[in-house]
Amino acid sequence: MAVTLTPADRAVTPRPPRPARDRHHRGASRWIVLTLVTLGALAMLVPFAFMLLNAFKSPGDYSTGGPLSWPSEFYTKGLRTYWTEVDFPVKLWNSALIAGSVAVLGVVVSLLNAYALGIGRVRGRLWIVGLFLLANMLPQESLIYPLYYVAKEIGLYNTRLSVIIIFTVIQSAFGTYLLASVMSTFPRSLLEAAALDGAGRWTVLWRVVFPNLRPTLAVLLIFFFIWTWNEFLIPLVMLIDNSTQTIPVALASLQGDRLMDAPTTNAGSLISLVPAVLFFLIFQRTLARGITAGAEK
Amino acid sequence: MALSETVAGPKRPATRPQPTASRRKRRGGAGYWIYLLPGAVLFLLVIGAPLVGTIYFSLTKWSGIGDPTFIGLDNYRNLLQDEVFWTSFRNTLAMIVAMVVVPTVVGLVLAAVLFDVIGRKFRPRTAAALRAAFYLPQVLPVVVAGIVWGWILRPDGAFNGLLDAVGLGALRHDWLGDPHTALPSVMAVMIWVQIGYPVVVFMAALQRVDPELYEAAEVDGAGWLHRFRAITLAQIRPETFVVALTCTIAALKVFGPVFALTRGGPENATNVPSYFAYYTFFKKLQVGYGSAISTVLTLIIVAVAVVFIWVQYRSERQDRGV
Repeated sequence: MAVTLTPADRAVTPRPPRPARDRHHRGASRWIVLTLVTLGALAMLVPFAFMLLNAFKSPGDYSTGGPLSWPSEFYTKGLRTYWTEVDFPVKLWNSALIAGSVAVLGVVVSLLNAYALGIGRVRGRLWIVGLFLLANMLPQESLIYPLYYVAKEIGLYNTRLSVIIIFTVIQSAFGTYLLASVMSTFPRSLLEAAALDGAGRWTVLWRVVFPNLRPTLAVLLIFFFIWTWNEFLIPLVMLIDNSTQTIPVALASLQGDRLMDAPTTNAGSLISLVPAVLFFLIFQRTLARGITAGAEK
Repeated sequence: MALSETVAGPKRPATRPQPTASRRKRRGGAGYWIYLLPGAVLFLLVIGAPLVGTIYFSLTKWSGIGDPTFIGLDNYRNLLQDEVFWTSFRNTLAMIVAMVVVPTVVGLVLAAVLFDVIGRKFRPRTAAALRAAFYLPQVLPVVVAGIVWGWILRPDGAFNGLLDAVGLGALRHDWLGDPHTALPSVMAVMIWVQIGYPVVVFMAALQRVDPELYEAAEVDGAGWLHRFRAITLAQIRPETFVVALTCTIAALKVFGPVFALTRGGPENATNVPSYFAYYTFFKKLQVGYGSAISTVLTLIIVAVAVVFIWVQYRSERQDRGV
């Protein structure tokens, strides 16, 4: 998570650690603080270390040496078993297709909603925005049974499309709330200038508003993607077979299965975590900015 | 909050629809409604109608097959006498401690230390790396994290192995299998999952605090704790509100980790309303009863959200001296 440094930070950092000039922190205490925080951070990583250590251990090795022993051989059969048994590439594609579609569609719907609310300032927008905000907070249990029932009736049950539609709406409820408040501060002069040039609303949206909001929309896109990727309850209920399930659902539905001995559990978890960690590394800069943006709203 | 900013809007006479010729120059034309149409239709289909459906089903007895039988408020009456229902909401309080109280308090201190001490006295890059370690659990699918933790806390799992290794083998335990230790164990996992979120939000918030405030306080001889209370806490109050609200809602809704760690067991020791509702819907096939649980949970969440937003709105008004 790289942060943009404020000028104040830059000015302070190059200063060599000279205790004499440090008014309130003597040399030792800041090292103690660093040590404590580093220990805390390492403790956060311990579960990952446990997982890595046991993902490459054979079941025999595990039962004789226990969970903390160093593997006697680099054992990859657990990984391969999990990969082939759950047909991991299919799960990866399902997760990517669902999260990717939701991210794009969710941003488009949010943009259209927010254009009417933030720039169009339609009547009653306070209530509409409040409604979207509340909708985003609803427990999914309060929607799931009717969604499940209707999906079965109209043949959308156990399709990725059902999950895509549902999450497009749920995510865009948050996106509408966020973008409406961003757009309500959009410079009026830009809109008026475009209107004077004869641009219609549709043109203003795509030629004036959209380019100006692109950074915010990018953050929203990434958020929607990751949130949808990590969703569980609705995919668990809606997607019941091997060809439609997402990565987390596939792992959870094998829990307690005979296949899942300790090394395979760890190997399966490891494979399932890798994409999320990769997104995190790829998008960390945008995310750091986005979390700030979200918090200020 | 953005909500307060838009309050005055609907009352303004200028927003009333006017003859079409001059509409484009006006601020609120009826023509903008068209942009809301796709979103509104989807919203009604996926959120509005199902919510109404759940509220209706909560007044019926239904197994999901055939027709629901209307029974009025019977489900709610039964809920009040259902031990599991009360247990699940008591456990929600434990989740609020683990997902809101502890992470917010620890997050404030950690963020301040990372930003103020480590970011300034060492390289900011060190602070960023440490922050990433705290934030990492937040990016993982929480169910997958739950499965890893479920294995760690198993009788033959890594935690007991660790106890053995440091000579505390006498403390070996079936952490998730014993009703007495299951809830504290789930709470510990949730703290681990949640802690990074406040750290990241608060660190970002601290960047917009004017460094001169700290310098002035330092010159005046204020100690670190004093500055933390007087400046840090006061300056990042809006973010603290947002974190407390979003984490409380998340704690009320928590499902995945409970599903992965304990399935609400043993003996409902870790059951929470959302898992209880899921189980009632799909395992016991009592759709009416499950709908009643969901409806109660929904009402609580809406009430909590409204109270939070109202309190924040008021404190903002006070700040502005209104």
